[in-house]
Amino acid sequence: MQHLEELKQQIRDRLPALDLVIGWEAGFDPLRATPLFMRQPDDVDRLIIGPQCVHNLATHLTGLKGRKIGIVVKGCDSRTIVELLQEKLINREDLVVFGVPCSGVVSVGKIGRKMGSLDYVEGVEFSADSVTVASEGVQNSFALEEVAADKCGRCQYNTPLLFDVLVGEPRPGDVVDDYADVATFEEQPLEARMNHWLEAMDRCVRCYACRNACPMCVCRDHCVAQSRDPHWMTQEDTVENKLLFQIIHTMHLAGRCTECGECERSCPMSIPLLLLRRKMNKEIDALFDYRAGTRIDATPPLLSFKVEEEKINERGW
Amino acid sequence: MAAKFIAHTELDAWLGRISERYRALVPRREGNAVVFRPFDPAMPVELKARPTESPKAAVFPRCEALLAYKYEKDPEEPGRVEVEVAERRDGVPTVVIGGRPCDAAAFKTFDRVYDSDRVRDLNYLNRREMTVLVSLVCSKPATTCFCHWMGGGPASTAGSDVLMTPVADGHVFETLTARGDEVIGTELPDASDAQMTEARKVQAAAEAAMGEPVDVGAAREKLLALFDDAGFWEAESAKCISCGVCTYLCPTCYCFNITDEKFGHEGVRLRTWDYCMSHLFTMEASGHNPRPTKAHRLKNRVGHKFSYYPSLHGGNIACCGCGRCIRSCPASVDIRAIVLNAIAAPAPRPKG
Ligand code: SF4
Ligand code: SF4
Ligand code: SF4
Ligand code: SF4
Ligand code: SF4
Repeated sequence: MQHLEELKQQIRDRLPALDLVIGWEAGFDPLRATPLFMRQPDDVDRLIIGPQCVHNLATHLTGLKGRKIGIVVKGCDSRTIVELLQEKLINREDLVVFGVPCSGVVSVGKIGRKMGSLDYVEGVEFSADSVTVASEGVQNSFALEEVAADKCGRCQYNTPLLFDVLVGEPRPGDVVDDYADVATFEEQPLEARMNHWLEAMDRCVRCYACRNACPMCVCRDHCVAQSRDPHWMTQEDTVENKLLFQIIHTMHLAGRCTECGECERSCPMSIPLLLLRRKMNKEIDALFDYRAGTRIDATPPLLSFKVEEEKINERGW
Repeated sequence: MAAKFIAHTELDAWLGRISERYRALVPRREGNAVVFRPFDPAMPVELKARPTESPKAAVFPRCEALLAYKYEKDPEEPGRVEVEVAERRDGVPTVVIGGRPCDAAAFKTFDRVYDSDRVRDLNYLNRREMTVLVSLVCSKPATTCFCHWMGGGPASTAGSDVLMTPVADGHVFETLTARGDEVIGTELPDASDAQMTEARKVQAAAEAAMGEPVDVGAAREKLLALFDDAGFWEAESAKCISCGVCTYLCPTCYCFNITDEKFGHEGVRLRTWDYCMSHLFTMEASGHNPRPTKAHRLKNRVGHKFSYYPSLHGGNIACCGCGRCIRSCPASVDIRAIVLNAIAAPAPRPKG
């Protein structure tokens, strides 16, 4: 991978002026990468890039405010950075963004379903458009398209929207995301939709990984879900309560969620949380013609005030 | 003690019969997760994939009402308010089928805390006494498994009432305790000699597949020595997002939180799971938090399991090596690596 070597060199060149650079390294098995925090030139040797680099590393940025940080981003991750900058949650001058054009990341969940178990992954090979997983002596190949994260199938931002260094060839993104999945879900009767959520949320363990993994969920330690004073939410683990928390999360992320999918990926109970977030984004898109983190110089609609919104007919009702 | 055989084709019928006498919790696939649910003949039991969560909720529910209370004004003396308190203790006879040997071993971590000379947690003990563990031998360890570092093994009998070993056409059930005998009963056919030989082979192969255990005994002293080494803990926790996945899925995490949930004049006192990765954990009423950052919190998680707990409980480590915290961590934080890094870290310079 010549791009990897180029990226490593770029990072080594800039590391002396930075507190650290965040990238990925191999995790506990070849399918599971893990975030890498590079402080010394030696650390850069461990860097990897590829479809196993699923984490949106921008999640760490707000926690590192005030330090000089380098960060490696895919296209979708760059949207998070745009949104964080627009909301003034991070400072551009403290940041060096290393962009890598992306052809999609794998969904470990999807591969797991196909393989039956991912407990024994011995080896993984990636080609331009396929993934081969070896487990228990058996090798299985999948088209990347088939096992990519859902977000990748509708991604128009394979090339980062913002970067200081771009390593590799820009990739055009020509897909249109018309929120077809949300529209299909909405065709179901109300009762069926409610049952879908009650069934899924029933297995929520209230671990709040969905919240902590979310780069835009910046209240974290002061979250309504656990605050004692005021005591907004009961600690009862009824399914209604658990769903209520997700609705709150969704509302707080309306027009801010960049659909990075980290909430859903992090959920150990595989609850399809992204559909909730996308429902709200669909409405924001329809009302304000805005998708979070896609326009560098825009102001997010819920942070702006216009006497008359173009798409909301305030006086005509 | 008995050894019985249940064919694959008979398992559901047998679980159905068990369900008439007990709450029978079995692993079931929901989405990509494998969770413990009461047996339902319409839903397949998942015995191949490792359960995502541990079965600890069987004895330590995620949320339980310890008591209910009610305030009442004294009609004679309206300034006086009486409070009526009703203690609650529940539990039903339960069998957990398909937990792993590490899960069974993990319950011992709880017992040392909740059933000690100083403290007896009656709610916990009540359920613990009613719960029977039928553990499934892991025919092959996962890449995240390290039960053998912790003195366990994929075919270990420690803590289980029955050991269930997969063989070609079904499972051999070996009872280990009187409670196990009671659940298994006498109705099933005895395992044949051939089946027993096969079961022993499966068990031995599983143990052999684990490789050499790593001795982490040195972690106890070393973690204490690193207690004030903020640099070490910051580096180890950098990628952690301080969520609760590792602790909530961990079979040995037993911390709890208590909140009074009042609605009007009545309320309940709830006990729910707490976790050291949370900002609110050990938050004091003054607003001071002795563990203000994720580095402090991760230090507590690893330190508690590998140093403080063993110091208090006869050298026993409060980790059973199930690997759930590694496998389900959104950032793939690996507790094994942290412990080994701690052991390998240069001794911090003495302060002064
Ligand atoms: S959404 Fe786009 S940029 Fe993000 S991982 Fe998928 S293809 Fe890559
Ligand atoms: S809500 Fe989910 S998809 Fe949206 S920004 Fe947060 S983690 Fe990403
Ligand atoms: S990550 Fe999943 S299980 Fe955890 S609180 Fe969120 S929805 Fe619930
Ligand atoms: S170690 Fe992993 S699972 Fe645990 S709090 Fe940190 S990120 Fe969450
Ligand atoms: S610390 Fe991790 S490996 Fe140890 S018992 Fe808990 S979940 Fe299992």
